[in-house]
Amino acid sequence: MQLALFIIFGALAVLGALNLLFQRHPINSALSLVVVMISLAVLYWSLGAEFLAAAQVIVYSGAIMVFFVFVIMLLNAGEEERTHGSRAAYIVGIPGAGAIFSLLAFVFLSESHALGSSSIGGYLNHVTSNISEISTVLFTKLLLPFEVTSVLILVAILGAVVLARKEQ
Amino acid sequence: MIATQVPNSAYLILAAILFSIGVGAFLIKRNLITIFMSIELMLNAVNLTFVTFAHMWHQVSGQIFVFFVMVVAAAEAAVGLAIIIAIFRTRQTLNVDQIDLMKS
Repeated sequence: MQLALFIIFGALAVLGALNLLFQRHPINSALSLVVVMISLAVLYWSLGAEFLAAAQVIVYSGAIMVFFVFVIMLLNAGEEERTHGSRAAYIVGIPGAGAIFSLLAFVFLSESHALGSSSIGGYLNHVTSNISEISTVLFTKLLLPFEVTSVLILVAILGAVVLARKEQ
Repeated sequence: MIATQVPNSAYLILAAILFSIGVGAFLIKRNLITIFMSIELMLNAVNLTFVTFAHMWHQVSGQIFVFFVMVVAAAEAAVGLAIIIAIFRTRQTLNVDQIDLMKS
């Protein structure tokens, strides 16, 4: 079950990310990013993070990506044109990204035995529900950071309104 | 019963693949909105790493960290897209090669 979920949705996430890279039109990239985010939500669920799976669907693929699609439609963004400015990015960027991936994959594979393996469901210590554990920590130990994020979001809303306003 | 456990390193390598694709897309893409989307892809890849380690250690702190990353990403997307709208209004383009006000 866990293996099948991982193979199906991991492949879907990688294909969506590659589609984001190869599509020329921003709206296609945005929709393939939605595929990546929903696949990641399924993977979170299979790792025992039910709350984050729901939050991923609601916040990322619900709110943020709708906002992206909205801006793409508002600005009527067309296909991007290839220019010479991106040649340096091709020469340095592709080997750089490959080097980052190789380093990470080497570390993870060489420590593969110590990292262990996982089967479906959450195995938190002494708890029955993932959400109750998260809310207990969030509203007792981390209450101040949690409240500060509301201020952060308020500032972000005000900043977005001010920045996007048409200047008189 | 077939053993269907997945090694945690497979999740971490998937996250590494997504992060590398995000880095590549960030460097190659020329459209401002697509570059911004590749940043979101990199954030998601790191979130997968956090959730995997939280699952591995049977602790909830990694998941709370992901929750805060999501909140900050939402705020960042709102401000960033507002800046993109403001840039488009003054320059009439989304191509990053033509947005070079600080170069000259």
